[in-house]
Amino acid sequence: MTAGPNTSPVATTISLLAALIVAAPVVSIGILALQPAPDVWPHLVAYVLPQALRDTALLLAGVAVVTLLLGAGTAWLISLYDFPGRRLLLWLMPLPLAIPTYIGAYVYVDLFEPLGLAHRALMLWLPTQDAVALLPNLRSLPGAVALIGVVLYPYVYLSVRATLQYQSAEFIEAARTLGAGKWHVFWRISLPMARPALALGLALVCLETLNDIGASEYLGVRTLTVAVFTTWLNRGSLPGAAQTSCLMLAIVIVLVAIERYGRRNASVEFSSESPRLLQRRPLTGLKGALSFAACFSPMLFGFIVPLLFLINQSVKRGLLSDAGAPLLRDAFNSVGFASLATLLALSLGFAVVFAHRWRPTALRAVTMTIAQAGYALPGLVLAIGLLIPVLAIDNGLNTLAAWLNQPPPGLIIVGSGGAVILAYVIRFLAVPTGLIRAGAERIPRDYDDCARAAGAGHMTAMRRIHLPLLRPAMMGAVIVVFVDCLKELPATLLLRPLNVETLATSIYQYASRGSFEEGALAALLIVAASIGPVAWLTRFSDLPNGPA
Amino acid sequence: MSRHHRLASAAAVLCLAGLSTSAIADNGEVNVYTYRETKLVQPLFAAFTKETGIKVNVVSASSGLEQRMKAEGANSPADVLLTVDIGRIDEAVQAGVTQPIKSEVIDKIVPAQYRDPDGQWAGISMRARVIYASKDRVKQDSITYEELADPKWKGKICIRSGQHIYNNALFAAYVAKHGEAKAEEWLRGVKANLAQKPSGGDRETARDVAAGKCDLGIGNTYYWALMMNGDPDKKPWAEATRVILPTFADGGTHVNLSGVLLAKHAPNKANGIKLIEWLAGEQAQQMYADINYEYPVRSGVTLNPTIAGYGQLKADPMPIAKIARSRKAASTLVDKVGFDN
Repeated sequence: MTAGPNTSPVATTISLLAALIVAAPVVSIGILALQPAPDVWPHLVAYVLPQALRDTALLLAGVAVVTLLLGAGTAWLISLYDFPGRRLLLWLMPLPLAIPTYIGAYVYVDLFEPLGLAHRALMLWLPTQDAVALLPNLRSLPGAVALIGVVLYPYVYLSVRATLQYQSAEFIEAARTLGAGKWHVFWRISLPMARPALALGLALVCLETLNDIGASEYLGVRTLTVAVFTTWLNRGSLPGAAQTSCLMLAIVIVLVAIERYGRRNASVEFSSESPRLLQRRPLTGLKGALSFAACFSPMLFGFIVPLLFLINQSVKRGLLSDAGAPLLRDAFNSVGFASLATLLALSLGFAVVFAHRWRPTALRAVTMTIAQAGYALPGLVLAIGLLIPVLAIDNGLNTLAAWLNQPPPGLIIVGSGGAVILAYVIRFLAVPTGLIRAGAERIPRDYDDCARAAGAGHMTAMRRIHLPLLRPAMMGAVIVVFVDCLKELPATLLLRPLNVETLATSIYQYASRGSFEEGALAALLIVAASIGPVAWLTRFSDLPNGPA
Repeated sequence: MSRHHRLASAAAVLCLAGLSTSAIADNGEVNVYTYRETKLVQPLFAAFTKETGIKVNVVSASSGLEQRMKAEGANSPADVLLTVDIGRIDEAVQAGVTQPIKSEVIDKIVPAQYRDPDGQWAGISMRARVIYASKDRVKQDSITYEELADPKWKGKICIRSGQHIYNNALFAAYVAKHGEAKAEEWLRGVKANLAQKPSGGDRETARDVAAGKCDLGIGNTYYWALMMNGDPDKKPWAEATRVILPTFADGGTHVNLSGVLLAKHAPNKANGIKLIEWLAGEQAQQMYADINYEYPVRSGVTLNPTIAGYGQLKADPMPIAKIARSRKAASTLVDKVGFDN
């Protein structure tokens, strides 16, 4: 263990601050949950939980398997092999992230339900009712697994790829010399070594799935999140809803524990002895084409198809000609909020992980765990929890101003949009924390010791050693957080100031009336705003023989 | 480099946001928190501003606005809260974030059935929850809600989630009318008649009827009108069906309200009341009918032709406030009978 000189009070302070910010809404939900909700639980236990727990478990398991196959499989192909079209895929693969889950669900239901495009195509050969029988039933649990899985696989892809970048050549070359085939190498070497990243990616997928409300409700899957909202909105019990949220939090703690278990012993596997990285192997001919198809297909269904649908709707409805300054202003708001939140989340994530690396104390371990808790709460529950502490500060400032005979400043944090940014940071801090931590664990501690022996301080070592080595992890974190912020809806709706719309809230203005297609252009702008950073950042992600 | 860019743009956003809130104390404004989508209410507000010179500031959300008002407390900028459903009206009143609307205009225009006896809220427009019936396969021209549980419809009914607010209100009306025991029996009957697990929205329900998955769909009046008039893709879904206004056996058609409430700490209270009264006025009520395909609460307003084509609406006389009190029981029953399973 590196028990370095304690030169990091700043890091300690920042990581404590991060934990405090994340803990605030969780604690206020906890306090809400302490109020009695006597008639809620007998009902939930008797009629709701058995089914909701089963549906939730099946949905999570199904989506985990789909994203594992799609995300890890494609990351492995792209990291270890060269094949035609690979460079194009490099920046296309993360793009399904830009498609909000509920939009993916709407698009596919529209295309594949009776009277949709698929049905009309089948009707060219078949009578109407025979064609109906051939259509998949997307409004079902398997449908939800497929639709959610195909847009969420990039979480696994990005985190696994960040790790496979640094796949040490020696293990694989040794295995190959011993006659191990591709699959053997994959199952026995690549997969176990990517385990921490895999566990992290899957945890993110599961949390995102657990928090989803739009797609699940639309597809008729009744998860715990749906139960939370029904308890609150239809049975009027916010305490009951808060208690159910706490149950979800418990489930999340179990997921995080599984993720920890997944990366146990991870640090001992890496030594500083093998800096030489694996060269990608060329695949040509049929193998190359198959590899391309294997990577292209999930992206096609997760991104291109929804994209074409949105473009078609925008053109057909003449949305472009109606678009003007308001939509641009919404886009500006979205990008502004998302950028600031990404920057903050990345910095806090760094502070939390490195405070622990430099001087692992129980307190710092706890702050790191708390920093990852925000992802566990559904966006709207988080927003409700955040309202109370944030407005306590806002109202306190007004009281203070009155006491000082100053004019009241109004609600500063909520009125400025600060509450939205806080909500984003809290909600998504788990991503940079998790990715940077997984990345940092692959950096041998010998490096830290050598740097210190050479007289370098923490900051110098970080700048010269850790930051460059963590670049893939940071790229992944920036992409995921930025795009997630662009898509975030429930917290943005509830916490934004008067007269401020973002692209996501602009889509919502149509969606609840059942005609989300009218919001297609705003959805396209979310995609456009995502493509920029994804394309720019992936230019740098291909190490070591990439262009960087 | 790029970080500086981002910081600058984010700072600019904050400044913009700051600008919009710094003028709250002005007299020429009214601040509206709304569950109705901004795009729907924006034309109304534009007309209001044009007529009165009062600027309308808006924030819209899908849920939780009363929690926000509660947390904002005495410093809340909210003057007026607009809702789309009796459930949300009820929640706001329960949260204690409203004050009575003392307005003779509202008392005169809005029928007593559609406003709170204590004046905490007033209905501003209505929608009915009705049947989308297959033109080919359904011959009868009238139907009761009670009849939906009749085994003759076995495997022939489509509906969205029983916990969705529109169904919650309809089922609550059934509970208020017939009591919990009868309502449970009825819900079990309807459940047994469903062609598929409840899912999707009211548009998908019409689509399922059009595609032959079921004969009767349950949906709101304006969705059908929107499909018929707004969207060429969806028009065939509406054209394959016709709207039947169902009634309770001993009553009328179930209607739900979009309502308006006055915030407890409204900083621009006078303007808030002005806006509320204006929304009940002739011009606004006509806009609700024309643009939103809703039923006005004010008498003497011409209905949109599509809505008028459904036939004469005979709204059930059950007071909305009484329906709101049965929402919890209705939600509980939906879980109990496994309606959504």
